[in-house]
Amino acid sequence: MMIYLPIAEVSVNAFLLLGLGGIVGVLSGMFGVGGGFLMTPLLFFIGIPPAVAVATEANQIVASSFSGVLAHFKRKTVDLKMGTVLLIGGLIGAAFGVVLFNYLKALGQVDLLVRLCYVVFLGVVGGLMFIESLNAIRRAKGASSAPKRRRQRGWISKLPFKLRFQTSGLYISVIPPIIVGILVGILAAIMGVGGGFIMVPAMIYILGMPTKVVVGTSLFQIIFVTAFTTMLHATTNYTVDMVLAVLLLVGGVIGAQIGTRIGVKMKAEQLRILLAIMVLVVCGKLALDLLLQPGELYSIGAAGGH
Amino acid sequence: MRLALALIFLLLAPPAWAENVVLGLSQRSVSITTNFDGSEILIFGAVKRSGAIPEGPPLDVVITVAGPNQPLTVRRKARRFGIWVNTAEIEVDSAPAFYAIATSAPFREALSDTQDLRHRVSIPRAIRSVGAPMEVENAASFVQAVIRIRKANGLYQLRENSVEVAEQTLFKTSIAMPANLIEGDYQTRILLTRSGEVVSEFNTVIEVKKVGLERFLFNLSRQQPMIYGLLSLAIAIFAGWGASAVFRAFQRN
Repeated sequence: MMIYLPIAEVSVNAFLLLGLGGIVGVLSGMFGVGGGFLMTPLLFFIGIPPAVAVATEANQIVASSFSGVLAHFKRKTVDLKMGTVLLIGGLIGAAFGVVLFNYLKALGQVDLLVRLCYVVFLGVVGGLMFIESLNAIRRAKGASSAPKRRRQRGWISKLPFKLRFQTSGLYISVIPPIIVGILVGILAAIMGVGGGFIMVPAMIYILGMPTKVVVGTSLFQIIFVTAFTTMLHATTNYTVDMVLAVLLLVGGVIGAQIGTRIGVKMKAEQLRILLAIMVLVVCGKLALDLLLQPGELYSIGAAGGH
Repeated sequence: MRLALALIFLLLAPPAWAENVVLGLSQRSVSITTNFDGSEILIFGAVKRSGAIPEGPPLDVVITVAGPNQPLTVRRKARRFGIWVNTAEIEVDSAPAFYAIATSAPFREALSDTQDLRHRVSIPRAIRSVGAPMEVENAASFVQAVIRIRKANGLYQLRENSVEVAEQTLFKTSIAMPANLIEGDYQTRILLTRSGEVVSEFNTVIEVKKVGLERFLFNLSRQQPMIYGLLSLAIAIFAGWGASAVFRAFQRN
């Protein structure tokens, strides 16, 4: 069934969108990532104008993250205090990121920058997680080696403004989470994603939060950052397509519910290595697009879009 | 030069045959609804004349349908430092968003090159591009790329021999409009020609517009962006909560 999107001004297959939303929703629920890093390139691929894809995707992430976070609230795997601290940084970062994005747009080549951002960040994050998870699985198998606690990080424990985060079982300064929030917020605005795929590893490896809490907390924070981004796009660029968003989020919220339940049944190491593989696959695809000669060298854009 | 040529043609042109078009359209307007999947428009008509059918070469019909004109930026990729990036761009001053030509004979037979130039009928002549920057080589290839890409999308069409003409009086054709149309007035032209010369021209407009939900959402997003954004968020939150509630109900059973 074909459906005409009022803002994107293209006609697409409704079931294709429902399916895409569903698959990305499952991943979103399993890993606590918004799924934007996967969905945004997929939307480009099926012919949605990039500006509309980025803005609408933000709106869809709100839905799937909200659905996912409710399931996590029920199991008390959301660290509200940590989430709020990260959110403060995230909103500052997102606002700054939009300013930076518009500045780069004026310089031209913003598409290339976004793609390079994807390749570099997905590559680094995916690679690190993959290696780390492999090591963790190997340690778990060799029963002789005692599990190492990774809580002691010299300089972070010396910073001021310490707060106790009971749900995460941490007593650390608020400065690292705020900085993480700002950095992820900037990247989220530039890349048009929720930023979960950077946030999740940052919470695990930099802040030392337990993996089970990380997913819910990340989703909690993503809801607000993407809601903020949606409003920004809707009021300045008029690029949020409600029909597209509804189709994606119907599939997405159902998928997120299924994904959350799958995630609970899996071990943290398995969860991490799967996420790492997925991130690397997307990274590889985007890198190939940059390296291989495209079939059509020319592209048509709206005038004035520098 | 172009003006001079046109003047010469005006002087040399044969006396106007009193042949006019009486036109019918299967639909005056195209409504874009939520399940819009392209549209086929039947264009038919008759030639009204005061006297008998003129002697000489038979009548040909050239029909064009042109969507709203838009300025475009066309970019070309090239390899830099091992990766493919946009390295050159030109602005095309005006190109129709949709352009279809239907003729009753091979294009050049139905319309001579000079008449094509004067009436801007063929696809390359419907696109206006003057301001190509000096540093961009081969600027014409950019316009060719626009035509190539849009032909592949069904947005530009040249359909020769697709107009049926009966008794040099009745004619009909159908124009297929793809699903990815944009709103606007689609200028429709019917040219009657004899041995490549235009003897009569008729213009009308097919209106393409969004209706119902499409119209409502589009207007809301432009006129009340704040409300539109909040509504989008409300739908998202509600859908997220709804799915969660439904699944919890399932699990309890």
